[in-house]
Amino acid sequence: MVRRLTLAGCIALGLGLPVAAEPPQRVVSMNLCTDQLAMLLAAPGQLLSVSYLARDPQSSTMAAEAMAYPVNHGLAEEIYRLKPDLVLAGAYTTQATVAMLRRLDIPVAIFPPEADFDGIRGNLRRMGELLGRETEAGAQIAAFDAGLAALTDEIASRPRAALYQANGYTTGDDSLAGRIMLAAGLDNIAAEVGLTGGGVLALEQLVLANPDLLIRGRRYAGASRSEEILDHPAVTALAERAGEAVIEDQEWVCGTPHVLAAIARLREARLQLEDGS
Amino acid sequence: MSRWMLWAGLSLLVAALFLASLLTGPAGLGPWNEIPALFGRGDELIAMVMREIRLPRAILGLLLGASLGLAGAAVQGFLRNPLAEPGLIGTSASAALGAVLAIQTGFAAALPLGLPLAALAGATVSVLLILLLAGSRGGALPLILAGIAISALAGAMTSLVLNLSPNPFAANEIIFWMMGSLADRSMLHVWMTLPFFGVGAPLLLATGRGLDTLTLGEDAAASMGVRMTRLRLALIFGVAALVGSATAVAGAVGFVGLVVPHLLRRAAGARPSRLLVASALGGAAMVLAADIAVRVIAPGRDLKLGVLTALVGAPFFLHLIWRTRSQGA
Repeated sequence: MVRRLTLAGCIALGLGLPVAAEPPQRVVSMNLCTDQLAMLLAAPGQLLSVSYLARDPQSSTMAAEAMAYPVNHGLAEEIYRLKPDLVLAGAYTTQATVAMLRRLDIPVAIFPPEADFDGIRGNLRRMGELLGRETEAGAQIAAFDAGLAALTDEIASRPRAALYQANGYTTGDDSLAGRIMLAAGLDNIAAEVGLTGGGVLALEQLVLANPDLLIRGRRYAGASRSEEILDHPAVTALAERAGEAVIEDQEWVCGTPHVLAAIARLREARLQLEDGS
Repeated sequence: MSRWMLWAGLSLLVAALFLASLLTGPAGLGPWNEIPALFGRGDELIAMVMREIRLPRAILGLLLGASLGLAGAAVQGFLRNPLAEPGLIGTSASAALGAVLAIQTGFAAALPLGLPLAALAGATVSVLLILLLAGSRGGALPLILAGIAISALAGAMTSLVLNLSPNPFAANEIIFWMMGSLADRSMLHVWMTLPFFGVGAPLLLATGRGLDTLTLGEDAAASMGVRMTRLRLALIFGVAALVGSATAVAGAVGFVGLVVPHLLRRAAGARPSRLLVASALGGAAMVLAADIAVRVIAPGRDLKLGVLTALVGAPFFLHLIWRTRSQGA
């Protein structure tokens, strides 16, 4: 019991596991992003369950892999019944569940969202340490760095791109999406209107900024009023004038090595833009 | 005050607010750039902003306000009840439910006028229900109670439909349908609303003489040759067309139809027929002013129109209830 408490304490404080400790054998993940990191790194049989979102191809890059795991909905009751010796959670969701699990002496590791590529490397490394899979984590980080290097070009002039999603939402340079745009060789017009993190870009500001490339958010199943703005005549006219790219949300909602696919897609759009002009 | 002076004064106010609405926006381009751009001169991008973003917003503000003001004055005249108003008697909420159902079932996408038609259907149902439950002899209490019930039911159904939608953005739209906004509308929405305004407004304006006679009581009006069935039908479909089409593009905006007729009643000489035109103009002025205010107070946050109209309207409504109560006692 004491050992278990110490373990929980160490994890809660963000420290590494005690050296002598054996890696956990019954790991449950209840956050889309930790789901994917855990599926990438866990030993066979080590990961018991992932969140139901991991199976949704619109949110998860590993929907096919997730079919092999039973899913949970982040409810304390169903997590507890699995008798986990480690629970993986995100920083912002299911806080009530996390608090309850901790009261039940179940170690919970909280992963902050990855805001940049260093965050991705850091979370991969930490997941490797928690699961006792440091070697696999090192290999994933090396592969990620190699992939990133292969997609990085020497660019004379960077095209100006706008990211425009439902409700006019955009994100600036200080976000994972922003870093992906920068890595693909694009300048983000959000910076021009003073947005660094996420925020609403007024439609008229988008039109006046007149970007070279318009990256529209992908539509979801079912209709919504929020997505209507992506078909506003002013946006359509802009899309006809500028180059266009669509981003699949699952490629950058979580900071996993799969963000390379988003970078490659945007880089392709940039190269087409250069060919066209 | 003569009726022409009242109408001219209100028209001037509406024109000034319409212009101010056109010149209000986050881009801050300056009127010397904006006004020529409206006529297609000058910078191409500014012209796009003025003609595709600001112009439809101002026109829709005008249409929405005129619809709500006119509908409010007509309903109050017909029910001879100062507390009647499209938002309070559940018409706006039911129109929103119709619109949400049309969007979620794909009916709105399948048919060019599917969205306003569905909202009109929702509004019609609620007006019929109100007439059935509260009627013109019913007094204030049944009217308000029926209105609360219809609003609550329609609001709950709207929330249910949006919560069940597979679309991740849908649930966040509950607040839009309850509070209303004119942000980022386009000329497509103007073309969608105009035909219904073109039918509904004349229908309601034509009820003016009937409503004047009705102030003497229903029996007296009938004996003076007012055809009650026709008046009732014109009122139902006029209100449903105006409130339905306005709500379909802008969400439910409350209290406009309550406040405006009250402010103008004395100036209009307590004649419903004069109050109709004055309320349409006054409603347009109120919504245009509110829509300017949301952009000035919190630029970039999409503050909802209904928040402002409720801040003005709800205390007003409480005051009216207070007065009605002390009169009744």
